[in-house]
Amino acid sequence: MAADTPVEYIKHHLTNLTYGKLPEGYERADGTVVQEATWTMARTGQEAADMGFMAIHVDTMGWSIAMGVLFLGLFRMVAKKATTDTPSGLQNFVEMTVEFIQNIVRDVFHGKNPIIAPLALTMFVWIFLMNSLKLIPVDYIPSVAHAMGLEYFKIVPTTDPNGTFGIAIGVFLLILFYSFKVKGPGGFAKELSFTPFNHWSLVPFNLVLELLALIIKPVSLALRLFGNMYAGEVVFILIALLPLWIQWTLNVPWAIFHILVVTLQAFIFTTLAVVYLSAAHEDH
Amino acid sequence: MNINLTLIGQTIAFAIFVWFCVKYVWPPITEAMSARQKKIADGLSAADRASLDLELAQEKASKELQKAKEESAALIDQANKRAAQIVEASKDDARKEGEKIIEQARAEIQQERVQARDALRAEVAAIAIAGAEKILESSVDAKAHSEMLDKLAAEL
Repeated sequence: MAADTPVEYIKHHLTNLTYGKLPEGYERADGTVVQEATWTMARTGQEAADMGFMAIHVDTMGWSIAMGVLFLGLFRMVAKKATTDTPSGLQNFVEMTVEFIQNIVRDVFHGKNPIIAPLALTMFVWIFLMNSLKLIPVDYIPSVAHAMGLEYFKIVPTTDPNGTFGIAIGVFLLILFYSFKVKGPGGFAKELSFTPFNHWSLVPFNLVLELLALIIKPVSLALRLFGNMYAGEVVFILIALLPLWIQWTLNVPWAIFHILVVTLQAFIFTTLAVVYLSAAHEDH
Repeated sequence: MNINLTLIGQTIAFAIFVWFCVKYVWPPITEAMSARQKKIADGLSAADRASLDLELAQEKASKELQKAKEESAALIDQANKRAAQIVEASKDDARKEGEKIIEQARAEIQQERVQARDALRAEVAAIAIAGAEKILESSVDAKAHSEMLDKLAAEL
């Protein structure tokens, strides 16, 4: 392990593998000075922070894409072989998931849009898989990565705010898109201006309220998921700091509890996203 | 916990996954599911129809059976009547035949009786002539008295 004190250990586990652009004249952790702006792998958390926006978390991207590909690969395989006769075990499982999502969408979404259900399926399974990575003991994969020469490695994409906000932004763009499409620019503007108080003198007040409510939607989606996952991860890391012989007494219940949390958070994210999209489809 | 390009990368990845799911994953699975639903519904309604058909067929079969029974009963009745008729007719025929035979026999008897009587009469006549000849001791001209003898014979 590259950490000596508990604080360093925790910090180390919460730092992403960052590939980014260091500005010209930047003094790196080992004392060398970057001659010109270069793209490189961050060696410390400070370096990663100093890279600013022009950086990418390789671990978050890699694991989230891997989980997405796993989900789509699995489901595509079943979709290709989908039979109308008695389904096999895997197809049964996939159909159960699909039916679960169909029920959520049928209950919550009142518009007519063929995109919503597959969107919800993608969100649910993808987030579920990303969350599930948390159940892998905290040191396993970072140790392997360390052996391969990678200083930092954080495998759960949903404990990275970039990961959750990235998905929430996607949902937010869809909310805006369908609001404009279904209500029309005029209708959307009217809804923002004249609810909840239908009086011209209160238009500014309404606007502030409604815009805030609009923007809070993706923020709440992303922060809820991130907060739950991050907190869980921190607790796992803290448990990992305990003496080896006692870890299981805390680790096992916490992991069992997280089987619930992992599923629940994926479910909440999906359901709320569908609720928001349903509101975007409602034309008053 | 730095916000950076990962944000955009994640959004793009999400968009691509959703697109793929919408296009290649969702439709075949849901189609297979609804096709199966339809298949099951069809199967159930077919079963309903079949049981209805069966009921109708049973009803029809029992009707046919009833009809066949009635027909066969009528047929047997007819046959019985016909047989009785035939028996009656043959009885009649037999009786007539018998009567005819009896009649014939009677006629034959009558004829034989007549013949016998004739023969007897002739014989009696011959005996009477022979007797008369003996009585008269003279020959009687049979030819001269035949008319008288015939008359005598006819009276016997």
